[in-house]
Amino acid sequence: MNAELAIRASGLSKHFGGLVAVDQLDLDVPKGQIYGFLGPNGSGKSTTIRMLCGLLTPTEGSAKVLGVDVPGDAKVLKPRIGYMTQKFSLFGDMTVLENLEFIADIYSYPHHKRQSRIDELLEKYDLADRTRQFAGTMSGGQKQRLALACAVLHHPELLLLDEPTSAVDPQSRRDFWANLFRLAETGTTIMVSTHYMDEAERCHRLAILDRGVKVADGSPQELQAATGMHIVEVLADDPYRAQTAIATLGEVVSVTQLGVRLRVLVPQRVDDAQGIVDRCLQAADVSADTRLVSASLEDVFVAVTLKPQGAAA
Amino acid sequence: MKPFSRLLAITQKEVRQMRRDRLTFAMIFGMPLMQLLMFGYAINMDVRNLKTAIADEANTSLSREFVLQLSQTQVTDIVEYVDTVKQLEQRMREGEISVGVAIPSDFDRRIVDNRRAAAHILVDGSDPTTSGIVEALRDMPIRLDTSPDIELPYLIEVRNYYNPEGRTPVNIIPGLIGVILTMTMMLFTAQAIVRERERGNLELLINTPVTSAELMVGKVIPYIVIGMVQLALTVWMGQLLFDVPVRGSLIDLYLAASLFITANLALGLFVSTAVKTQFQAMQLTFFLILPSILLSGFVFPFDGMPTFAQWIGEALPITHFIRLTRGIMLREAELGDMPIALIYLGVFTLVAMTAAALRFSKRLD
Repeated sequence: MNAELAIRASGLSKHFGGLVAVDQLDLDVPKGQIYGFLGPNGSGKSTTIRMLCGLLTPTEGSAKVLGVDVPGDAKVLKPRIGYMTQKFSLFGDMTVLENLEFIADIYSYPHHKRQSRIDELLEKYDLADRTRQFAGTMSGGQKQRLALACAVLHHPELLLLDEPTSAVDPQSRRDFWANLFRLAETGTTIMVSTHYMDEAERCHRLAILDRGVKVADGSPQELQAATGMHIVEVLADDPYRAQTAIATLGEVVSVTQLGVRLRVLVPQRVDDAQGIVDRCLQAADVSADTRLVSASLEDVFVAVTLKPQGAAA
Repeated sequence: MKPFSRLLAITQKEVRQMRRDRLTFAMIFGMPLMQLLMFGYAINMDVRNLKTAIADEANTSLSREFVLQLSQTQVTDIVEYVDTVKQLEQRMREGEISVGVAIPSDFDRRIVDNRRAAAHILVDGSDPTTSGIVEALRDMPIRLDTSPDIELPYLIEVRNYYNPEGRTPVNIIPGLIGVILTMTMMLFTAQAIVRERERGNLELLINTPVTSAELMVGKVIPYIVIGMVQLALTVWMGQLLFDVPVRGSLIDLYLAASLFITANLALGLFVSTAVKTQFQAMQLTFFLILPSILLSGFVFPFDGMPTFAQWIGEALPITHFIRLTRGIMLREAELGDMPIALIYLGVFTLVAMTAAALRFSKRLD
């Protein structure tokens, strides 16, 4: 069982002074999968990733990454993992090629294979025509491709990506994810943190973090099936009035507006959720159509971050 | 072989970045040149050509001989002859002269009378350097051939070894080498680690297999070369412009400098690991540079400082380096003549380098 896991963490905690950044986190990340970390800013995603690659010492708990104890043996681990920082961390005053060569040297990449590996990466990440450009002058998407190329140059078994797409346009994001899938197919385990729902949906498995606590984990489908919520979609002429009326209902956990639609979350222990919402809207004299829908990942996120105890599945 | 290649990769990167940073590159050569010219030309502590007025109330052949000898010393520059002491005082109050020489009408008699001074020298004591020098002037030997059997009461000959002409550049430049090297080495290396921390590069670097020692040493190597170039430039310009000699061995000088450069780089690296931002690094560097200039014996005589200040001075690497450069360049000393300075620099380097490597953990917390 353990051999199948790239990362196993138990009770991992990190305190910064009085602030609990990560609280008693248990993680099982299977090998060869893309594992997502979904959570708002400040939920402890970066802190967890940094603990896993040995940059931060956990206050409590322990982790085994690729079978290596972290942070104890972090030195052994470094050559086997690739890490892409949230902020662009390559050298802006060096060219694309110089950055790649530097990384190759730092990882002691065999000299006779170096040139062909760099050429391969330049081709694969669409940087071949920019070898002489200074990294600092590139666009967000180009920088991100270079950062990924540098992170995977030494064929790491595990790739840790800290919000890799926060500074790039949607097209670049799609291309980036296509690259990640290619890497996963070749057996690389990828752990990626994000606050985008659509990205979380692409992961094989994901964990949702909220204020340092893991509030749910599983495959996106499992999570959606296990929200423990009825989702009532309301299409109203006046969404604002509808929202105001529904928000007064004691049974309703959350009302979110998406354009002209409202998504209303009602716990599954409440019978006839749709009827309750309908009667409420009639009483408030708001004309609207309602229907029960299946949960999206965003609903899951809202459900688990609002009422963690009701959503532990 | 592996660690060596990583070290070289760091060095190569450092050189590349330095070459592209034009301001840094200009500073490397601009700083020694500017300081050399500044200290060599503008700041001159030679006391020469003090403006002097003479009130010769005697006006005998002896008194005229005395005045002539005074003017020949070049310390005084006789700009005016007045009639009375009162006029001398007036001139001094106006700031027109720094020195006044009053020769009383009975000068010829006073010369042979040891109980009374033959002449009075009035000094503008508001200028500290002037007052010091005129004391020397008082002790100046004056021989008057008309009275060969007479010995004046205070005929102390002032003899200046190593710098007989008393030229400031000769004193200043060996020390200036130390100041230039301290400034450049500390300024650049203090930024070295913290700059990468600020730009985010450090988070990437510490996630690679590169070790702390490789990172530290790799970063320092280019600066050792730069320090050597600065040394060569300063010595060469000093010779060219100010005739500052290198009487001892040039190899000794470079050996001493390489030790001193490493000591400064180690201290700079330590500063870099101790601070959070480049601005803090700058502040801390200046905090350390100031005593290096003031308490090292570079400008003010070391022996004249109070004990406490001497302790601080002794702790600074530059104090020991200045002793070495003055010894080698001016006194023709060899390295073996000054073992304590060498040992101190060596120990200092080891301690600072170890402290820097220990402080720099490959962690963020």
